[in-house]
Parts: sequence; structure tokens; C-alpha cells
Amino acid sequence: MVAVVIGDHNEEKRNLSLGGHVGFDSLPDQLVSKSVTQGFCFNILCVGETGIGKSTLMNTLFNTMFENEEASHYQNGVYLRPRTYDLQESNVHLKLTIVDTVGFGDQINKEDSYKPIVDYIDTQFENYLQEELKIKRSLFNYHDTRIHICLYFIAPTGHSLKSLDLVTMKKLDSKVNIIPIIAKADTISKSELHKFKIKIMSELVSNGVQIYQFPTDDEAVSEINASMNAHLPFAVVGSVEEVKVGNKTVRARQYPWGVVQVENESHCDFVKLREMLIRVNMEDLREQTHARHYELYRRCKLEEMGFKDTDPDSQPFSLQETYEAKRKEFLGDLQRKEEEMRQMFVNKVKETEAELKEKERELHDKFEQLKRMHQEEKRKVEEKRRDLEEEMNAFNRKKVAAETLSLSQPLKKDKDKKK
Amino acid sequence: NEKQYVGFATLPNQVHRKSVKKGFDFTLMVAGESGMGKSTLVNSLFLTDLYKDRKLLNAEERINQTVEIIKHTVDIEEKGVKLKLTIVDTPGFGDAVNNNECWKPITDYIDQQFEQYFRDESGLNRKNIQDNRVHCCLYFIPPFGHGLRPVDVEFMKALHEKVNIIPLIAKADCLTPNEIKKLKDRIREEIDKFGIKVYQFPECDSDEDEEFKQLDKELKECTPFAVIGSNTVVEARGQRVRGRLYPWGIVEVENQSHCDFVKLRNMLIRSHMHDLKDVTCDVHYENYRAQCIQEMTSKLAQDNRMESPIPILPLSTPDVDTEKLIKMKDEELKRMQEMLNKMQQQMHEKDQ
Repeated sequence: MVAVVIGDHNEEKRNLSLGGHVGFDSLPDQLVSKSVTQGFCFNILCVGETGIGKSTLMNTLFNTMFENEEASHYQNGVYLRPRTYDLQESNVHLKLTIVDTVGFGDQINKEDSYKPIVDYIDTQFENYLQEELKIKRSLFNYHDTRIHICLYFIAPTGHSLKSLDLVTMKKLDSKVNIIPIIAKADTISKSELHKFKIKIMSELVSNGVQIYQFPTDDEAVSEINASMNAHLPFAVVGSVEEVKVGNKTVRARQYPWGVVQVENESHCDFVKLREMLIRVNMEDLREQTHARHYELYRRCKLEEMGFKDTDPDSQPFSLQETYEAKRKEFLGDLQRKEEEMRQMFVNKVKETEAELKEKERELHDKFEQLKRMHQEEKRKVEEKRRDLEEEMNAFNRKKVAAETLSLSQPLKKDKDKKK
Repeated sequence: NEKQYVGFATLPNQVHRKSVKKGFDFTLMVAGESGMGKSTLVNSLFLTDLYKDRKLLNAEERINQTVEIIKHTVDIEEKGVKLKLTIVDTPGFGDAVNNNECWKPITDYIDQQFEQYFRDESGLNRKNIQDNRVHCCLYFIPPFGHGLRPVDVEFMKALHEKVNIIPLIAKADCLTPNEIKKLKDRIREEIDKFGIKVYQFPECDSDEDEEFKQLDKELKECTPFAVIGSNTVVEARGQRVRGRLYPWGIVEVENQSHCDFVKLRNMLIRSHMHDLKDVTCDVHYENYRAQCIQEMTSKLAQDNRMESPIPILPLSTPDVDTEKLIKMKDEELKRMQEMLNKMQQQMHEKDQ
């Protein structure tokens, strides 16, 4: 029997009024309680030149001294260094991964600098996709390593973006949420900063770079997000050192001419960055990564593999054909591999045979040699024997001769003796 | 300590905010013979009337009745939280004279929703996937018998690995407290005996307080819930409550000493609704998906053509037969390798 859906009262999807308190208003709380039990994870990618303050900013943002050796300027290329930390605040567990781009901007030829970054991002997407395509999968406790936010550190030149910045951001904007920040902003004055920000944003816009916009569709946060969007790129200063200002100790940088306070909003935009990145939009960043960037990657990847989309009610002929083709290809690959392995085996056998033959020949040679030696010895011994025989014969002859001589002259001797 | 505060402790609030904006959805199936009070219970649970103008069949019409599946979808809202609630009715179940495999339309329906979701999830454009999977099935056991009947056992066994089953004792106002206890014990025994896997409440966190743990324990020992529903409001003890008026007294639906309705409502809606969805997604659906893929791969290996349209197959996993072949060849190679190694060793020894 096939299930026949007789009545689908969906056409008149009614809004019913409730006669009392049912209780499903606790649903968000149920969801939250589960997420808190599971724990959260967040992955930040910091892209910027060596020494521009990436590590310091992370330490300042999270109020933690993450590992801190200074990076060298002499890397051969750019490589990505992910580090994962378990943080906790009240009852919330956060698995934070900070990915650093080591060596970025140091090479003389930076044409390929963006590649390791793009590859890393793609690899994390690929890993998730692989998990999703498994037969037995466990997505709910998969450690999500996809990059949720890329903080792009712009050097505080005061003029404009560097060419490398533009090229890199253009390569990344369709793969990850980008928030551009002006690093070491304590070298720029207020008026210079204003012009700098405008220049940067106009360069980004005119080159079609899509940076992350703080979402304004949720009334609860649309106002603050909209106002923050206008302050991009954030000019930040990072510091883990504490300086006494007035009767408080604050994180700051002490100069002969004054103290730059990290958390003073008139000194820099650090507080704005923290507010936006962590306290208001962290969840949205995770959502955008999953719903937009990952989906784009997945779609491109599947299309590459030859899958096409189908209507729900049309027979997917093309899909079946595609599948058949892929299957044939796969079987072909398999057969080739089999052939290869067989060939390899045959070769190996031949090799070993040859080796065996070689050894046999060696043994044979040795045997021959031994035989010759043996012959040689035998000959020598034979010679010696003959010599010895000769000697013996000679000796015997002499003996016989001597005997015969002594026989013919024995009386004489006696006579001599008797006289 | 304000200085140390980073701020990611607000993440739960962010999640809360976003979930309220997005809204929720839930699909509840009710199954059991006619007249068990299913519709009344649904109305009582959600304090509304979903079943206006429905037609009830008489006995004659039911002799050869087939099981139908009827969906009602409503949008309800409470304190800013929106819920798209779908109730799936199964009229005709167990009503015919011959009820052989009367659960098949129901299992087919559940499987169809899984298949639809699988197809959507495997598509290229996944922006607006609708989740029509059945998150929970309330199964109504008649109170008139001595425990589970064969049709109850067969139904639950056919469905227990596809959907979260919550068995209920229907129309419990015809049983005295002792009778209810006996029946519950009997049913629990039989569920164990027949190996039926009903929905298990998750263990409560170890860091909950003792009172909560005690309540949780009581809740678990109270299953299957004995419920009463009512579409009418009566006056009892000076208040207007949902209840049933009898000459001998008034049965109040929400009176915990009269029945387990409140326990059911609290569990189903107020505390475990989300868990029911999670178990459906993470367990029942995943099992279906894994099975589906394996069936597909083995079928494709046998015959070259397939009748039914297939959703996108993940090609990163080669079919079972090819895998076996690869494994066999691997082992062959290994053995040959070992033989070669042995020969080489022997030669080595001969040398020395």
C-alpha cells in the first residue's frame, strides 16, 4: 500500500490562536541548553605581514597569552599555522582555533602568497564535505575547522591599500567572511585615519571586494550593526601590557608623549571590534560560513564532479547518465590500477628471477673457481707426489746400488779388519 | 571580573536571538484506532481546535477502510516564538476487519519524508529545504485490555527504528489508580519483552539539583502516560478548566492526580520537543540514509538500470563489490610480497 496523502491542509495554513499557555515558547531555551552542552567552536584566520600585530591582537581580544614566539622574516613561502585552544567563560565552552599566516608579505615575489591561504580554507571545506558525504556520519559532534572570520591586517601607511592586500582580499572574499582592520593604528592621527578609512573602503568597493557586513535584518541588533558598518575598517591597537592611568590599570601602550589605551574608544576601535566580532555577531559569522561560503564551495565542487541539479518531479535521466558515466570511469580507473598492480608484480617477479639467476651464476662461478683451485691443488699435490716418488725411486736406486756395492766388497773389509 | 571578560559568554544569547527570528517547526504523528481520543488530545495539548468540520465514518464504512494519512499544518505563536506545527493523522488504522500490515502506509509515509529530505539534502541548491520528517509519534493504546495487543506490538516494532514512539494509555478516565498502575507495569514489561524501542528521555545532567533529578526519575517511572483529553471547558473548584463532566464527578485534564496529561505536555512540548527533533535527525534519519545508500550501491552493482530516480550518490565511497575486489587484490599482493621476501631471505642465507 502506498501512503496516500488525502488531505494536505497546507493551502489554508492557518494562524490559530491559542486558548492558553501551551509552553512551546521554551523551544529557544531547549535549543540553547543543548548548544551549551555541546560547546561552541570558532575559527579565526589572521592575514597580515609579519610583525603587524596579529598575535598581540589575539592576545588582547581574548585576554589570554596564547603562544608567542616572534616569527621570522625569512620564510620561503607563506604557510598557515592553526592552533586550537579550549576557553571557558561562565558556563560557555569555546574551542577557539587561531590560524596565523606565517611569512605573509615577506617574500620578494608575492604572486603566489594568497595560494596557501585559499588552499587552507578550501581544505577545511573539503573535510566537512567529506564528512557530510560519508555513509556513516556524525555531523553533530564533528570538530568544525572551517574558517568563520578572516581578519585582514592593513598596514598603517595612511595612504591606501597595498597591491598585495587587494589581490589577496579579492581571492578570499567569496570564500570567507572578511573584516579588514587597520593595524598598529597608534601611528595614525585622527584626521589621517578618517581619510585613510575612506580611501580603503572606496578602493575595496571599486574593486568589487565583498567584505563582511554586520547583519541589519534582526531588529534587536540592526541599529548597532548598521552604525558599526560605517566605522569599517576598524583601526585597532593591541597590547597585553598594563599601565596605570589615573587610579585604574588598563591595557595600553606607553609612549613618552602619552599613553594609548586599548579600550578607550576615542583612542582606537578595539572595543568596537570586540563588540562586533565576539559579543554580537559571532553566531552570525558561523551561520554565514555554513550557509553561504560552504554551500558555494559544495555546489562548485559537486558541479565539478559532474552532478547537475534536478527538479523534484522530473525523472533525473541526466543524473543517471552522469552516474553511469562516473561509474564507468571509476571501473576503468579500477581496471587500470589492477593492470598496474599486475604489471608491478610481474616486473617484481622478473626482477627477482633475474636476481636468482645472477646468484646462481655467481654460485656456479664460485664452484668453478673452487673446482679449479681444487684441481690446482690436486695437480700440485700430484706433482709433489711424483717428486716424492722420484726421490724415493732415486733413493731406492741408490740404495740398491749401494747394497750391490757393499755385497761385492764385504771380504775386503773383513780382511782388512782381520789384518 | 570585568577586566577579564572577553564576551563570548553571550553566544547562547546570540543563538537564542537567531532561533527566535528563524522560528521553529515540529511534526507530530498520532496513531491508534478510531475513538481513542487522539484529536481531542491534540486539541487539549495545543489549546486550540485543529479539527473543525471533520467527518467521522460509521462502522459500515470502515469494514474495508484503508489507512489514510492526513496532514494539518498550523502556525502558532507564543511570547514571540513562532512554531509551524504539523499534525499527521492516520485515520483508519486498526479499524478494518482485516488489519494485516495496516501500518504500512504509515511507515511508507515516514520513509517518503526521509527520502524527500535525503534528496533535498543531496541537491546542489539547499537554500530552502523543508523538513517534513516526523519527529514524534503518539501511539494510543486502548485502556480496555490487559496490556499490548498483537496489533500494538506489530505497529510499534514496525516503527520504532523510524520514529520516536511515545506510547500512551488512552481514555484513562475509565481506570482506577490501581488499574492504571497494573496496566502500566504490564505494558512496560511487554515493551521490554518484545524488544520495542520507545523514546527514551535523555539522562539529565549530573549538575542539576536533586529536586530536578527526582522529578526526572518520577517522570520516567510514570511511562506509559495515562492521558485524558477534552474539548470542553467545565467549572471545577471555582475555576474554568478543560474537563469531562460525569454524574459522579468532574475529571480535570490538567489535574495531575487525575491523569498524566500535564506530564505528557511538559515532556512533549516544554522540555523535550527539541530533543525529539534531534533524535529524529541524528539517529532515525541517519539510519535511513545509511541504509538507503548501501541498498543503492548494491543494487547498482547488480543490474545496470535502476527504475526509481536516485538522489545524488556520494561517489567518494565506492560500491561494496568493488571494495571487496580491491580488498581481495590487496591481500593477494600482500601474500605475493611475503613470498618474495621469503625467497630473498633464503638466498641471503645461502650466500652466508
